[in-house]
Amino acid sequence: MEKRIIYADHAATTAVSDAVLQAMMPYFQTNFGNPSSIYSKGRENERAIIDARARVARCLGADPKEIFFTAGGSESDNWAIKGVADKLAAKGKKHIITSAFEHHAVLHTCEFLEKHGFEVTYLPVSADGLIDPQQVADAIREDTALVSIMYANNEIGTIQPIAEIGAVCKAKGVLFHTDAVQAVGNVEIDVKAQNIDLLSLSGHKFHAPKGVGALYIRRGITLPNLIHGGGQESGKRAGTENVTGIIGLAQAIEDATANIPAKIAKLTPLRDKLIDGILKIADTRLNGSRTQRLAGNVNISFVGIEGESLLLMLDHYGIMASSGSACTSGSLDPSHVLLSIGLSHEVAHGSLRLSFGEEFTEEDADYILAVLPGIAERLRSMSPMWETIQKEGIHFNADKTKLIKEGE
Amino acid sequence: MNYSEKVMDHFINPRNVGEIKNADGIGEVGNAKCGDIMKMYLRIEDETITDCKFKTFGCGAAVATSSMATEMIKGRSIDDALKLTNSAVMEALDGLPPVKVHCSVLAEQAVKAALTDYYQKQGIDPEPIVGKVPEMEEE
Ligand SMILES: Cc1ncc(COP(=O)(O)O)c(C=O)c1O
Repeated sequence: MEKRIIYADHAATTAVSDAVLQAMMPYFQTNFGNPSSIYSKGRENERAIIDARARVARCLGADPKEIFFTAGGSESDNWAIKGVADKLAAKGKKHIITSAFEHHAVLHTCEFLEKHGFEVTYLPVSADGLIDPQQVADAIREDTALVSIMYANNEIGTIQPIAEIGAVCKAKGVLFHTDAVQAVGNVEIDVKAQNIDLLSLSGHKFHAPKGVGALYIRRGITLPNLIHGGGQESGKRAGTENVTGIIGLAQAIEDATANIPAKIAKLTPLRDKLIDGILKIADTRLNGSRTQRLAGNVNISFVGIEGESLLLMLDHYGIMASSGSACTSGSLDPSHVLLSIGLSHEVAHGSLRLSFGEEFTEEDADYILAVLPGIAERLRSMSPMWETIQKEGIHFNADKTKLIKEGE
Repeated sequence: MNYSEKVMDHFINPRNVGEIKNADGIGEVGNAKCGDIMKMYLRIEDETITDCKFKTFGCGAAVATSSMATEMIKGRSIDDALKLTNSAVMEALDGLPPVKVHCSVLAEQAVKAALTDYYQKQGIDPEPIVGKVPEMEEE
């Protein structure tokens, strides 16, 4: 079989598209002026930013005044959560609700706030990787300042019932933030219809450059300034604008949201083909709901195989993917996302995430399905864990989250 | 992960993978919970390691360090094998990323655990010769 090069790690980052690069190019050398300057080179840039803000807003169903450009998803998450916390603490509201499987940009921000007198409720996630709006309703208290639930999970791709959670928060008068970094361009977002008060997004997940993102802040909510200085971003985030990045972001979000149904229609069958094909390998499990998931996300655990070695072997065959194993997280524990849906450490170590975009083809899926069984067999044949499993009749429990011995 | 070419070579083409039937010494270290298990098999004749094989569950560095360790002790005396250190294994692989140093420690321990088993099978107290090898942690 001919070797293919397949980039299946879109959840990590994506390449800048041709259209985005072309849109950005004039602003590096020709229109390089500072948007705050008075002469035409400056004014041109100011107009470009006004235009970009309107385009980003349109893609989310927001008003341009509600869009604030940032340096990416982590910054937007930090600003939204710390900003609301800071503002509402003065009113005695020092309780935050989030979920156990948020991105670290949210989790570590919440942990930071816990050290500063806030109480945080980490909602448990279902075995399918979903949050029930009722859980949110039950957790809201008098002193709840904010609910922060991610739109789509970055590892297992599960899509949360955001509109329903938004409705719960609205009814209870609590602000609702969603980290939509993995959702933009993959699901239809309308911040007004979905009752979203704050939304984080990051350009590099949908073909804009790295280091540019935005925070949507619903009109009527005034967050403390993130960066003090000049008057950029209504004085809330000072610093000469990342003009090229902002223009790239506007082009990218327009392209990414132009035809989401077509993208979903194209990728869903490929995703399902991959899931069905990979699950034919013995002792594997799908992580996250099969249906409530991003069309370009597959996450599967392989018993008896360690994730990093799986990635290195796949890379040898030209396939770039990722894993939630401890080895790839740089800590001793496997991914908190996989643990949150109930997996034991052993099962979580052997996970594989394939995340792909529009350019993914049937041939790519076929190639992955052709090489993966051999790789799994080879790694298992040299795995003492697999040997023990075979000898001692160890197998999955009923819900495939743990390994148990015969008769247990 | 910034692996050297040697690490990648030993990962993609591991030397001495497999088992030895009726091995003279078998050592297993690490545990599945932490994501690394190494199992080392030794054939020993006249104080010489005439054959050595391994099986490893773990990351690229875990496979590469086990593979390198088998190469470094195969055909050598027990004394030489006892002197194998994790830094020697690392050096032979042109280094490891800092977070992967523990894999080389595991490889050294796997050799020592196999030698401990060898002495125990001979009815000799291994501790004065091999030293203490950390017990396998059961979950
Ligand atoms: C869900 C989620 N939130 C936040 C981030 C952070 O985004 P950025 O890399 O732009 O800071 C990421 C990307 O890694 C993500 O997947």
